[in-house]
Order: sequence, then structure tokens, then C-alpha cells
Amino acid sequence: MVVQINPAKCVACANCVPVCPMEAISIDPSIAGAVINYDECVECSTCYRGMSQEHMNPTLIRAVRRVAKLLRFRFEPEPDVCPTAAFVLDELPWPRIVRRVFSDPLVEHTSTGIHGRGTEEVKTNDVANRVDVGEVGYVIEFGRPGVGVRFHHIQTMTMALAGLGVAFETKNPITYLMTDTATGRLKEELLNEKILSAIVEIKTAVDQVQRVLDTVTLVSKQIDTVVSVGVSTRCDADGNEAVLAPILADLGYSIERAKTNMGLGRVTNAQPAKVAL
Amino acid sequence: MTNTLHRYGSAESFRDDYIIFAIACKGKNDDGAVEKLRTFLRICVEHNPVNIGNSDFSSYRSSSELKPSVHWKRQVAADHDSVIAGVHRRATTAAVFDSREKAAACLRDLVEADLGLSINVATSVEGARQVAGACGIKRHSVEYSLGFTDPHDHLSGRQVLQLSTMCGHGMVSSNMAKKMLDMVREGRRSPHEAALTLARFCPCGAYNPVRAQRLLEESRVQK
Repeated sequence: MVVQINPAKCVACANCVPVCPMEAISIDPSIAGAVINYDECVECSTCYRGMSQEHMNPTLIRAVRRVAKLLRFRFEPEPDVCPTAAFVLDELPWPRIVRRVFSDPLVEHTSTGIHGRGTEEVKTNDVANRVDVGEVGYVIEFGRPGVGVRFHHIQTMTMALAGLGVAFETKNPITYLMTDTATGRLKEELLNEKILSAIVEIKTAVDQVQRVLDTVTLVSKQIDTVVSVGVSTRCDADGNEAVLAPILADLGYSIERAKTNMGLGRVTNAQPAKVAL
Repeated sequence: MTNTLHRYGSAESFRDDYIIFAIACKGKNDDGAVEKLRTFLRICVEHNPVNIGNSDFSSYRSSSELKPSVHWKRQVAADHDSVIAGVHRRATTAAVFDSREKAAACLRDLVEADLGLSINVATSVEGARQVAGACGIKRHSVEYSLGFTDPHDHLSGRQVLQLSTMCGHGMVSSNMAKKMLDMVREGRRSPHEAALTLARFCPCGAYNPVRAQRLLEESRVQK
């Protein structure tokens, strides 16, 4: 099924409660154990993998906790430890498996062969040339940090962007889940699935920047999540970028941070020989 | 993945935050990528990074076999060697540096090594420009972060965001960041211990425990 908490092992220490990025774990006093809200859980495995484990005897720990509670004695354990290794990870069926693929950075997107959010973006632009001179690439990310997103929210954005006539990046997991890139519609059975985050990638000509960003801002107000945007472009032959930054400044964006491709990549694979016709 | 792009903070707050990462492009330069990625990390380690990662685990990670004594004395040391040995597939490998000088020195060696992999630097716009300039590199492409749009008021406060967004995959929860801020303010954990606790949740090695420690130290005196 899914990430589970073994009730025979859980001692209700609550260390896992703040660990969950989706606030999907809580302590149920009626069973004296931690429970997972499976509608909110995105199968990111943070509870299972991020926490260190001891293998203490649950009966012993419960007895110690009862005595400590009676005496109002507060033992302060390491905050990232599950004392009884109570979390269990199981196989997931379709479509729930999509939650794990988009939320657990250690799981590969089979559509692109990439882990994480499944796209190379501009990081390999020096060899892939995804964003060429005169073009602007956009990575529109939903759900991060710590909010999550359902696919129907993403579809609201992809349909609005499709209406602008933009080009969706083909090597991107969200594009792969579209039934029609002309409309931006996603697979129906996924629409209510919740994930930690996802990225929609498009590119346009430089003169479309304001139009795209205005649309993203407008649609962001309609969908109940958080949206973060990255915009990329090529530098000139001297390594300078004086095209996109001034446009963004004119639009009122304060640019603090960037990811810079240093241009050290090159094609090193043996390329297939061209066949003369 | 925009794992390192949308860190929360001003450009000045990234003065001790320089991430260099290597990635191979599928079908273009991924033949023999595993050994090249290991070489990349070996070069980085020579310049004293504060964390490295191979997309499966980082220099600081959780353990499945802790002993009870850990609650009184927890030995935590960066384990770079395991990360390098653990590279087994084409994936993003990253190293985090706490100064521009270290990042520039590392990049200089990477230029010389000529691995053929794509090398990116994530930090402030100006910081990356200076690192490139110090190495005589002409930048190829830039991806600017426009930050977060949060019209529904979901996000936590500045101090929490600065800590939680250092794991771009969202594995460091806002509540865990807040818990560490509270524990430090109440004197229940040192900033160093709290920073390493947060770093253990980020499997990619992009988390910067030195910046986290500084932010936690600053939180003790800020209102």
C-alpha cells in the first residue's frame, strides 16, 4: 500500500510529527500512536528515510514514557529519531505511485530517466541547447516549499499557458502526463492526486516574457498552492547577460539568486555515424 | 529540478553559500558519467566543502542503526568518502562551499580537469559572476529565481524559510525548521547540532549546514 506506521511498534513519541513536510502525521490519543492522513500524504518518504532509527523494545519504551509522564519528567531525545523503527514502506498502485515519483527525490521519473523533479532544465543547456539565443525558458514550480499541490491545480496553469500558444518542454514529466499539449490537459485519473512539487517547463521568444509572467501571476491567485518561477536565457559570447535581466527589472522583479551554467559541458558520447543517402 | 535555485534570502545572505554541481546530459555526455562524477566530487573535496551529495545521500545522513547513547552523545562527522564511493548512476552530484574563494578555487580545478560534464553554480547572481570571472570563464546560461508567489498565505516566516528552502526538494519541513529554531532559542540544542539535524534530511547534499548554523545563531538575538 503506502508509507505505514506499525501500531505495534509506535510509542507515540511524536518525533515524526514535525518531520512530515505535508503535516500529514499526527498523534491519535485513542490509539496512543501516530497516524497518517493518507489524503495529504505525498509519499515523499521523509519520515521513513530522513529519520534515524533505533530498534528499542516498544513495551520498554512505553513503560519508561508512562513513568516519565507521571513524574512530569521531560526526556528530550534526539529530534530526528524513531526509537522503534516503526515506519514501513510498501509498494504503491497506480495512480498513487505518481505521488512518490513526484515527491521522493530518490525515485526516477521513467519518462525522462531523471530523479528529483525529473528535468535537466538549463543545467545542461551548454550541451542540450534547450534554450537558444533569443529564447527564454521558464520553470514554473508548484507546491514547494512545504505546501504541496494537486494535479488539477497544475492543469489550471498548463491550460492557461497552452492558451498563450507556448511550447511545453517535451523532456519534462508534466508534459509527459498531458493528454494534449495543445490544450494543456492532464490525465483525468491523476487530477486529485497530491504531490510535494512539480515543474512545468515552457519556452518563448524574449518579447513574450511579460505576457507569460502576467499569466502565471494571475493563475497563481486562482490555485490554492505556492508557485515559484525561474526564468533562463543564454549569455552572450562574452559571458554577459544583458537582455533578460533588464526586462525583469522593468517588470519589478528583484533578482537575488540564480543558477549559472558555466559552459564547461561538451558532447563526449560517440555520435552515430551519418548515413549517406 | 530546481533544487538549489529558490533558496530564500537576500543576495547578501548567500555570502557563505556556493553550490557547485555537475550533471551529465542523457545521450550527449553520459557515457562513463559515473567515473567522471566521482572525479568531480574528488576535486571538490580537495577544497573543503561543507557538504557533498550524490543524489542518493549526502555527507550527513540518517542512520538505521543508532544506539541509545546517541541521545546523550551523538558523533557527527562529514563522510565525504562514502558519498564518492556511492555514485552509481548518472545523477546530479553537488558540493557546497562556504566562501567564494573556495568555490572559485574548486571551479578553477574543474576547468583544468575538463570532464566534459555540465557544471553549474548556484548562489547570488553577482556571486556566480565573480566566481566565473575569477576563473576566466564566460558563462553560458543563467536561470534567475523570481522567488515565491504565495497569494494564499501558506508560507512560514523568513527565518523558517531560510532554513527549510536549503533543501530544494522540500525534505526539510517548515515544522522541523521551526522546531530547531525553538530548540536553539531555548538553549536545548546548539546551533551546530540543530544545523546538522536539518542537514540529515536533505539526501542530495545541497543543504548548507554552515549557513544554517549562522542563521540559527542569528535567530538567538533577533526579534
